[in-house]
Amino acid sequence: MTDTFVHPYIPNTAPATKQAMLDAVGAASIDEFYADVPADLRLGRALDLPAPLVAEQDLAGHVRGLLGKNRSTVERLSFLGHGTYHHYVPAVVDEVINRSEFLTAYAGEPYEDHGRFQALFQYQSLMAELLAMDVVNVPTYDGYQATATGLSMAGRMTGRRRVLVASDVLPAKLSKVTDFVRVHLDLEFVPTVNGTADASAVAARLDDDVAAVWVETPSVTGALETRLRELADAAHAAGAVLVVGTDPIGYGVLTPPAEQGADIVCGDIQSLGLHQWFGGAHGGFIAVNDDPKFIMEMPSRLFGLATTDVPGEVGFGDVAYDRTSFAHREEGKEWVGTAAALWGIAAGVYLALMGPQGMRELGELLLARTRYAQQRLAAIPGVALGDGALHLREFTVDLAGAGLTAHGVVESLRRQGIEPGVVVGEHRLLVCVTEMTGQAAIDRLAAAIGALAEASTLNTTQEDRA
Amino acid sequence: MTLPIAPKPALRRFHQASWDEPVIFELSTPGERGVLVTPIEPGVRDAVGDVVSDLPAGLRRDVPPALPEMGQQRVLKHYLRLSQENLGADLNVDIGQGTCTMKYSPKINDQLIGVPQLTAMHPLQDPADAQGVLEITWNLERMLAEISGMDEVSLHTQGGSAAIWANVAMIRAYHEANGEGEQRREVITTIFSHPSNAAAAKAAGYDVITIFPDAEGYPDLAALKAALSPRTAAIMVTNPEDTGIYNPAIREWVDAAHRVGALASYDQANANGILGITRARDAGFDVCHFNLHKTFSTPHACGGPGAGANAVSAALAPFLPGPRVVREVDASGEVRFDVREAGPQSIGAVAPFHGVVPNIVRAYSWIMALGAEGLLAAAEIAVLNNNYLLKKVTDIPGASAPYAEGRRRIEQVRYSWQELFEETGISSEEIGVRLSDFGMHYWTSHHPYVVPQPFTLEPTESYSMAEIDEYVAALAEVAREARETPEVVRTAPHNQTVHHTHHDDLDDPERWAITWRAYRRKYFGESPARRAAQRLESTAATASESAA
Repeated sequence: MTDTFVHPYIPNTAPATKQAMLDAVGAASIDEFYADVPADLRLGRALDLPAPLVAEQDLAGHVRGLLGKNRSTVERLSFLGHGTYHHYVPAVVDEVINRSEFLTAYAGEPYEDHGRFQALFQYQSLMAELLAMDVVNVPTYDGYQATATGLSMAGRMTGRRRVLVASDVLPAKLSKVTDFVRVHLDLEFVPTVNGTADASAVAARLDDDVAAVWVETPSVTGALETRLRELADAAHAAGAVLVVGTDPIGYGVLTPPAEQGADIVCGDIQSLGLHQWFGGAHGGFIAVNDDPKFIMEMPSRLFGLATTDVPGEVGFGDVAYDRTSFAHREEGKEWVGTAAALWGIAAGVYLALMGPQGMRELGELLLARTRYAQQRLAAIPGVALGDGALHLREFTVDLAGAGLTAHGVVESLRRQGIEPGVVVGEHRLLVCVTEMTGQAAIDRLAAAIGALAEASTLNTTQEDRA
Repeated sequence: MTLPIAPKPALRRFHQASWDEPVIFELSTPGERGVLVTPIEPGVRDAVGDVVSDLPAGLRRDVPPALPEMGQQRVLKHYLRLSQENLGADLNVDIGQGTCTMKYSPKINDQLIGVPQLTAMHPLQDPADAQGVLEITWNLERMLAEISGMDEVSLHTQGGSAAIWANVAMIRAYHEANGEGEQRREVITTIFSHPSNAAAAKAAGYDVITIFPDAEGYPDLAALKAALSPRTAAIMVTNPEDTGIYNPAIREWVDAAHRVGALASYDQANANGILGITRARDAGFDVCHFNLHKTFSTPHACGGPGAGANAVSAALAPFLPGPRVVREVDASGEVRFDVREAGPQSIGAVAPFHGVVPNIVRAYSWIMALGAEGLLAAAEIAVLNNNYLLKKVTDIPGASAPYAEGRRRIEQVRYSWQELFEETGISSEEIGVRLSDFGMHYWTSHHPYVVPQPFTLEPTESYSMAEIDEYVAALAEVAREARETPEVVRTAPHNQTVHHTHHDDLDDPERWAITWRAYRRKYFGESPARRAAQRLESTAATASESAA
């Protein structure tokens, strides 16, 4: 750095201060501090980086200019899901998590970061009510990691290797899980029905070497598992653990997996009060019963209640810290580190705002809109629902009968400002509806696809005539 | 008394906010609502009927979740009160969490990201609609490639330890691709490298060998050479280590690893003092990672989301996670950014989509605000601050900086209160608790405590000389108290949100309470169903009262 370089983020670039500090330590130059860095490892030139925008105003103009090239789901009508979901984020959620005190806190102790501990304990507790389980972790990275860890816990607990994958799983999630668990577990794919479990096929493969049955509900295509109890009973009879990957958004109206026998329930909290952020706002939850056999296999931090010297004062601390890699490096369970705590606080605020009634209404709305969208799209001649399962939020449509490819529909509708869904097969489109896509929006989608189907049929007819 | 106001005392008379808020479930009032959901349109309802009644019986929730029922402002007030009960980096002189680089997160960057053009972007939108965010991502990858000297960068991971996992997953895939997966079963790390290097390697199936410092306090090269063998998959090390000591033989470490066919993986969590000074590639590393929430200023967010950046040599590039952001120039010279699936050798997805996008934009903005000279200034001032702090702290009687005695340190130091402990019986943990009474955070060390009675300080470039002086003055005061009024230290905290907390219940499965639900069940015999039913009854009662 030159002697005249002074930057607002770096107060001690002020020349007089810098000199005073050098004098205080008896150093002639800053270079002395790098004595241990060998000369031949020194870069010896300036980094080749873009010219800086040191004035805040110029930086803001530059970044706003770049982001201004984006066209968001505010400007586009979006039916995209497939792992990231467009739900309404109440203003209070953003207000809370944008507070400096939460945003810039980190690793304070329970007495000095009491607010962080309480907010995360409450997140655990609010999720626990939604999921009807007694233990929820401080969030891990995302639903992928939560599921990978959930399955690994089952492997460690049972000492077995086989995992029966009973549902259709989001491909990227499966990719992560596969690479994460492959040293310890063997994934075995049981043929599915409508994306959900074939309970008898699962039962037929269960044996005393199965660590876990892994069910996803909703499945990658939004299909809800209706035979969870049966799967749980079969898994338990074989001494296996039932691991359920899920999205918590529907549990205001849907029976939580734990009440149907799930042992480990895991998934992503992005739906609960987090913006889409181009897929950059995910957090993973792992829920279990209050059973040390399960809890001691969890890598994440768990905050628990404690008393203090003052009666009535609510204190907090780390539960069973000895499980963690913080305490025992490679002897801990997997590892723990900076993950997604602030997103957990957001999800907690969201659940507190929604309350039981809000979660119930939202669950009902999602079921209703899903069915409505299914009806509208299936009414288009040549368009059929991908399967007959019960769906929440997402479902597939088969466009083959209308002579349309999924890519073609996406291309055409994008020109109209609509993202109609995600291509999941040549003729198969995955459509997602939420509270952000109302009746008028769904009608618009149906009309646009309907018009394409009609034009396609017309073309085909004309070709036939020719 | 009249003006003028008396001068301030030497030490700040701090007291943390203490709102004494109940746990949120105790704030519930039946019938209150925090936010309303948009109603189901009549047209939709007519078309679909009663979807909840139509659910199969097993799928319809009988007992609603016992979430609290609260008006909106009460929720807000509760959480704002909790927010005040934290010592975030924006408030305290946050130099007490050494290794974590608690630097200033510029407010402008928080403001820039909070726009619908970022918050409301779906990752599977038409790339033509996502040119801004893709361009920023691609640019940040290139900047970090230059800063590390590596060839390719991925920004997918959500934290430093997740990035370490991606490092070891790529290493594993590389050896497997070369047919050496079975043979190479060991990873070597050092005791002063972050514990996640050891832990992630173990999770990936490796046996872990840990090297301790040599007599002079440097990582022991002879011990490394003795440990290396054809079984070694990689060395995974931090440099400078968590002691702030830069390993001057780092090139020899990397070369020795390469001689047995192992890879060299560099945990650059401690890169803040060497930006623009020396690079991973220059020391021969094959793979490294940065923590964007440390070195590149994104906020620590109560423990995440952070963001990791994995940088690799060309030989490792095929193994990077996917999908990748690519830059294309067409015949007319027009630049377009696109998303491409990962190749066949990729370790696949390590996280959803493209990583922690808000932090990618923040880190990009931070680098753009500083440029090459600013990055170098950040490193140099961080190191100046650290050596200034080292001098001041070791001037406090009872404090020392073990290992590499008399040598300079890079950006942090792991100190010891062993001498003070022997003299007074006051431990480092107790000193930390008392220091919070002055509004300052303090951290000991990762486990195991190799340095006795440890504490780890890292001043970064963000704190002024006056702030560093204030921190040291508070430390010196607590050391004085340890000698003269030890009871004050032992009974701390005195000025905090809560008082001395009893940890006995936290390790006993019979007594721990990890959620409110478990607490009410264990200590009050409440079943969740009963709690929910009570709530429903009182809701109904309230409703009928208001109807009356």
